[in-house]
Amino acid sequence: MGPFLETLFGGLMTGMLYSLVALGFVLIYKASGVFNFAQGAMVLSAALAMARFSEWIPQWLGFDNKLLANVLAFAVAMMMMVAAAWLIERLVLSKLVNQEGITLLMATLGIAYFMDGSGQTLFGSDIYKIDVGLPKDPMFLLENIFEGGLLINKEDLYAAVIAAALVVMLTLFFQYTATGRALRAVADDHQAAQSIGIPLNRIWVIVWSVAGFVALVAGVIWGSKLGVQFSLSLVALKALPVVILGGLTSVPGAIIGGLIIGVGEKLSEVFIGPYLGGGIEIWFGYVLVLFVLLVRPQGLFGEKIIDRV
Amino acid sequence: MTERKIGDVILEVNNISLNFGGVKALTDISFNVREHEVRAIIGPNGAGKSSMLNCINGVYTPQQGSITFRGQTFSNMNSRQVAEMGFARTFQSLALFKGMSVLDNIMTGRNLRMRTNLFQQAIRWGAAEREETTQREFVEKIIDFLEIQAHRKTPVGRLPYGLQKRVDLGRALAMEPQVLLLDEPMAGMNVEEKQDMSRFILDVNDEYGTTVVLIEHDMSVVMDISDRVVVLDYGKKIGDGTPDEVRASPDVISAYLGTSH
Repeated sequence: MGPFLETLFGGLMTGMLYSLVALGFVLIYKASGVFNFAQGAMVLSAALAMARFSEWIPQWLGFDNKLLANVLAFAVAMMMMVAAAWLIERLVLSKLVNQEGITLLMATLGIAYFMDGSGQTLFGSDIYKIDVGLPKDPMFLLENIFEGGLLINKEDLYAAVIAAALVVMLTLFFQYTATGRALRAVADDHQAAQSIGIPLNRIWVIVWSVAGFVALVAGVIWGSKLGVQFSLSLVALKALPVVILGGLTSVPGAIIGGLIIGVGEKLSEVFIGPYLGGGIEIWFGYVLVLFVLLVRPQGLFGEKIIDRV
Repeated sequence: MTERKIGDVILEVNNISLNFGGVKALTDISFNVREHEVRAIIGPNGAGKSSMLNCINGVYTPQQGSITFRGQTFSNMNSRQVAEMGFARTFQSLALFKGMSVLDNIMTGRNLRMRTNLFQQAIRWGAAEREETTQREFVEKIIDFLEIQAHRKTPVGRLPYGLQKRVDLGRALAMEPQVLLLDEPMAGMNVEEKQDMSRFILDVNDEYGTTVVLIEHDMSVVMDISDRVVVLDYGKKIGDGTPDEVRASPDVISAYLGTSH
């Protein structure tokens, strides 16, 4: 029982991080119908900015306080993401209003390359560290029930708590504020939203900024776990099966999808892996999603697509 | 109803022509709308009624002609800017926010009246909280007026068609418009629902003095509630006047009943 629970917890925590990246996809898809391929690049750029600014700012201003450096770097990185959102709306989305989904998808692919490239040009392409003071040491739970207790990585636990808090905040924001309502309105019907005076362009800037914020948090957490490097933008590939499993239009879907895949890949690695020679973790999510697509193409929580004939 | 005072001309449509590629949707249409009146645009299917409404609403930009509202001429305006000028509309094929409750749908209509910014709302700061409450009071009045109290929290996608049409009207009313544009408000309704809708339209016009421009192809309904009627056929204007005048016009009769040559 002990090893099983340990694996389960480990999976849940990794899953929470997948959810966080998946959330960025869902937010943008909901509000503008764009499948944003640049989400991974946004995570990378945000993490790079965070890592470098937390190093540079103390040098420029000549102080030596880690907390202050991190807070300032986070603020600057966030401002960068907002600026990026504004530029994307101005230069790309506003030119492509009412275009086919596939056109917008290709545009985000272009944005992804641009952000990957410019991020590394501005901030360098080495491996950088983000140290926001997440504790690295493991801890033991339930020592009196299981022999030796359950080994839990504290860092993962903190990350999962932060991710969960973020999800709750976003849900409340979407559900209970006037801007959140306007965002949902735009997601449902562009034309009707415009006719009641909701400004599409401003809504898009807000959505991309929020997605940028989510990317930044995901980038900081992943970055402090694994270091910031180019491969971080591939984290987005891990989030693809999550959004498809959960449903592209569902915030709770992104969360639960992330947990299912996180837990599934860890459990299958540990318990099925030995029979297949291991390495299941890498492809588990994709295979799972393949079967989900066969049965429920809209995902677990997505809206069923009914076309009027 | 006869007490209602019809004012001066506030909306003027001058020589509008609209083409889609080679198809002429509207040719040289002119008419005006007076303050506080109920103005109908009627015509058989494909006459260009919806195109006309979409021009006024800023969805389409006509190739020729101009539209003037209270002395301000607008061309190249999008729906949002037209909304800011005081126009609200409903849609023929419902365009409600399906996943949202009745209350939330109507609340979105108050969007232009909201003054607090994103950050105030995010932390539910005092002003944002107060604003939400006052707007909510206004929306509750509309809900009472349209007699949909019982459905307040229901997602609109689950309501029957007639009620969805009411919510659509409610969302437009929440904007406190000067001019209300209604795109076939009675389409697809049974007799009872049509009567309810007629009553709501007349009450709005009566109580708030809102100017109403509506499109309909059902002659009988329109004749009962409109002050003046424009008749379109194949994108051309073939009649304009009071319901009685229009009913008596030979052109209109032939458009609706066909002519025997």
